[in-house]
Amino acid sequence: MPSKWNFGTIGLKIATVLGFLFIHIPIFIIIMYAFSTDEKTFQFPLPGFTLKWFGVAWERNDIWEAIILSSQVATVSTVMAIILGTLACLAVYRSKFFGREVISFLVILPIALPGIVTGISLRSAMSLFGIPFSTWTIVIAHATFCIVTVYNNVLARLRRSSHSMVEASMDLGANPWQTFRFVILPNIATALLAGGMLSFALSFDEVIVTTFTAGQQSTVPIWMLTEFIRPRQRPVTNVVAVFVILVTTLPILVAYYLTKEDEGGKK
Amino acid sequence: MTTTFDKFFTFLFYRKGLAIFLLLAPLLIWLGVVYLGSLFTLLIQSFFSIDSFSGVIKREFTLESYYDLFRQSTNWDIIIRTTTMAFTVTLVSAIIAFPIAYYMAMYAGPKLKPVLYLGVMLPLWSSYLVKVYSWKLIMAKEGILTWFLEELGLLHVLDVVLSLPVIGGTSLSFSYIGMFLVFVYIWLPYMILPIQASLERIPKSLLEASSDLGGGPAQTFRKVVLPLAFPGVVAGSIFTFSLTLGDYIIPTIIGNSSYFIGMAVYTHQGTAGNIPLAAAFSVIPIIIMMVYLMIAKRLGAFDAL
Repeated sequence: MPSKWNFGTIGLKIATVLGFLFIHIPIFIIIMYAFSTDEKTFQFPLPGFTLKWFGVAWERNDIWEAIILSSQVATVSTVMAIILGTLACLAVYRSKFFGREVISFLVILPIALPGIVTGISLRSAMSLFGIPFSTWTIVIAHATFCIVTVYNNVLARLRRSSHSMVEASMDLGANPWQTFRFVILPNIATALLAGGMLSFALSFDEVIVTTFTAGQQSTVPIWMLTEFIRPRQRPVTNVVAVFVILVTTLPILVAYYLTKEDEGGKK
Repeated sequence: MTTTFDKFFTFLFYRKGLAIFLLLAPLLIWLGVVYLGSLFTLLIQSFFSIDSFSGVIKREFTLESYYDLFRQSTNWDIIIRTTTMAFTVTLVSAIIAFPIAYYMAMYAGPKLKPVLYLGVMLPLWSSYLVKVYSWKLIMAKEGILTWFLEELGLLHVLDVVLSLPVIGGTSLSFSYIGMFLVFVYIWLPYMILPIQASLERIPKSLLEASSDLGGGPAQTFRKVVLPLAFPGVVAGSIFTFSLTLGDYIIPTIIGNSSYFIGMAVYTHQGTAGNIPLAAAFSVIPIIIMMVYLMIAKRLGAFDAL
């Protein structure tokens, strides 16, 4: 670009740096607090550093129960989202029938509408039909809003991969199942994994819809919410917060690297 | 086993319509029955009523819940409060996000670009609840922000801000300002990414053409860049607006305990057990969002998603 486009570049740089500090610093602060010796307040500067709270958190059964429940819910929801999302993508990507936009809209609706709407809808339906709250009611809710991540990732990959490979495979005598198994599936594998990772992270962290569809059980976010409102041991909550940051951000990094070649291929 | 399997697939392959139907059926059944079905039951339940003595829900068509909803001025306050907050958060997010997105799209080199992209993605995906909580720590009276302002000798500025009517409070974590700050913080990445995407799509040749035709930088920005990036801003605003409208965690954890739509819905269905009123209440954000999405579609936001 000609140099006269550089008007205000310094201002833009400052705005960007400040913006990035704004969105990153709070995350570092929470990590820092997990090592604080201060038990009661949110005192700053921290009086001292300790690893003690990690040990205390490790011993707590209620935390383990929440982690196990969250992992179960996230795993089952992700598997369901992968099955439902991928099948639909296979139907949709080559055809231009009327329903395609309807399906994209339908898939995005559970996250486009405010979470409170999704939550209260599912809850009111469950109570109307007398469905008791259980791990399954949480799974049903989570799978509903997880489909979109799988669907979008896989559909994007299918659109970018060339159809001639499928045709070549058929010409060379492979039957449709073999073509799916040996041509299409390897092609979409990383997109599936990326979509699955995002879906897992989404489910592991969801709180609004979960508060409406869970009974007495707590997932990790529900456990945390209870602790925020009625704190028992604040430092332990900070430790769990660090754990949750790891569980939700690591899949994102993996998903990013898995779909990176996609982005490159686009240009 | 494989042969029957193979045969089944081959059978389907030659019946395109049937194959497409079978592939789509699970998703359509799921979203159609579970999701749309639930939305529909919600709508129906909003026309039921609750017996004020027994607390039993009467399954007869009535507009009682809507009457209840609109009769009380406190409910109007809740709706106006929530919508105003959503609108302000959206506006300020757009103003903060635009220069960041602009830098990412127009100036960042090929090495910096993915780093910045990831830098926006990670906070977007890292735990929502943890991020809200971290602001509780930051804004607490004895917390890091107070310390920071004290070091700078600016503590009196905070006192002035907190003494402002309506938006002030006893401490930042118990005020609308604090809540607003957290909303902007949490949804900002949702605004940056669509704007960045729409800016990326502007062909550089258009900028050069504008310059060749004698347009100055400011003129080019106003007449070329801004109109082309606007659908991205609208797309981002769908997220910030909708998410603020439906959130009840942030007003619960931060703020002066005045009600927002989400909290009202939660309380009515939970402690009060009044599902019809909760349902009627949650129809409000649905209608607001529908109007919003219609306007957004007119402004071309869906092409920018």
